[in-house]
Amino acid sequence: MLHSLNIAEFTGLVWVVSLVAGFLGSLTGLGGGVVIIPVLSLVFGVDIRYAIGASLVSVIATSSGAAAAYVRQGFTNIRIGMFLEIATTIGALAGASVAAIMPATAIAVIFGLVLIHSAYLSSRGRQEQTGEQVPDALATRLKMNGTYPTPRGPQQYHVRRVPAGFVLMLVAGALSGLLGIGSGAVKVLAMDQVMRIPFKVSTTTSNFMIGVTAAASAGVYLRCGYIDPGLAMPVMLGVLAGSLIGARVLVGARTRVLRVVFGLVILLLGIEMIYNGLTGRI
Amino acid sequence: MNRPKPAWTDERVEAIVGHLLRVGVLTAAGVVLFGAAVYLVRHGGGSPDYGVFRGEPEELRSLSGIIGSVLSFRGRGLIQLGLVLLIATPVARVAFCVFAFARERDWLYVVVTLIVLSALLFSLTGS
Repeated sequence: MLHSLNIAEFTGLVWVVSLVAGFLGSLTGLGGGVVIIPVLSLVFGVDIRYAIGASLVSVIATSSGAAAAYVRQGFTNIRIGMFLEIATTIGALAGASVAAIMPATAIAVIFGLVLIHSAYLSSRGRQEQTGEQVPDALATRLKMNGTYPTPRGPQQYHVRRVPAGFVLMLVAGALSGLLGIGSGAVKVLAMDQVMRIPFKVSTTTSNFMIGVTAAASAGVYLRCGYIDPGLAMPVMLGVLAGSLIGARVLVGARTRVLRVVFGLVILLLGIEMIYNGLTGRI
Repeated sequence: MNRPKPAWTDERVEAIVGHLLRVGVLTAAGVVLFGAAVYLVRHGGGSPDYGVFRGEPEELRSLSGIIGSVLSFRGRGLIQLGLVLLIATPVARVAFCVFAFARERDWLYVVVTLIVLSALLFSLTGS
């Protein structure tokens, strides 16, 4: 059925699917890339390298669009973001360079594994980090400690375990460059669970970093010819619009059921990506 | 008499960064939309062909090629220009942060930000 579409119909359909992916990705915090790449690859029969290039471009758009709002609210810690971007940009350069020589089937299998892990994180929810925060010497030297706004006034926080967080950010960057996703889940894991940064600061700072991380891979992708304007156009415009709508709805939305359903969808897509990768159908 | 200029505080930097990101994304989306109109009017009836990876032609891979394509008013070239503007938005944000940290006399973070900026420029230029 999808093979008989002309360019206008194909563009319209990809735009609608990207809009839904961006909307759900924004509500669940997993981003649009984890859905749009398997859907383009499995449903639309797009080569995974074109899908990855289009997704990466949409990741830059959503990150920058959302960061514009978050930065003004005062949750984003620009110093933490800048410092950890050293790790994510170097990781992204390495990941994008590996992607250029790695067979598409191997990329599909790794993508499937990341999807299954995302589904697991999504179903588990999060545990709030509490407990006494002791100032850490390295974090203090790097001026990472800060405050964030609460209804009761600014709340102070201290940052822990910078080296461990830095290493995990290298991994996050490499996954982003290899797979064309924002890898926000790994970034939040590094800041929230490892560095013990408050959740709201972790998520907004992660979002702030995603655009710069993706821009590091985008240069490599562009020169390798992964970014096709005809495909990237509806994906970028759709995911951006969907994520902006999602950000409006998110305020006060009950996302628990949505997270479970979305987690199941991602799990199924992950299994199918691995199956198709192993049988050489990608 | 000079009025005192606003100090370079973190809050002011955050406000400017937020503004920069918004303008960059909206401009890029506008150019992509315009290119999309040109592309779809001319090629909307054709068949999409993404099943086999061939890589983009040379004129859509480099900045000079894209500019050439835009000057010949090709839809795909216009879209690609919008995408390059989008990629440039976070790079411009990092470049601004170098300047802002220098104004705050935070030399440690000037160095940190310059490292990130050189990684980005290395990726974009390939050298």
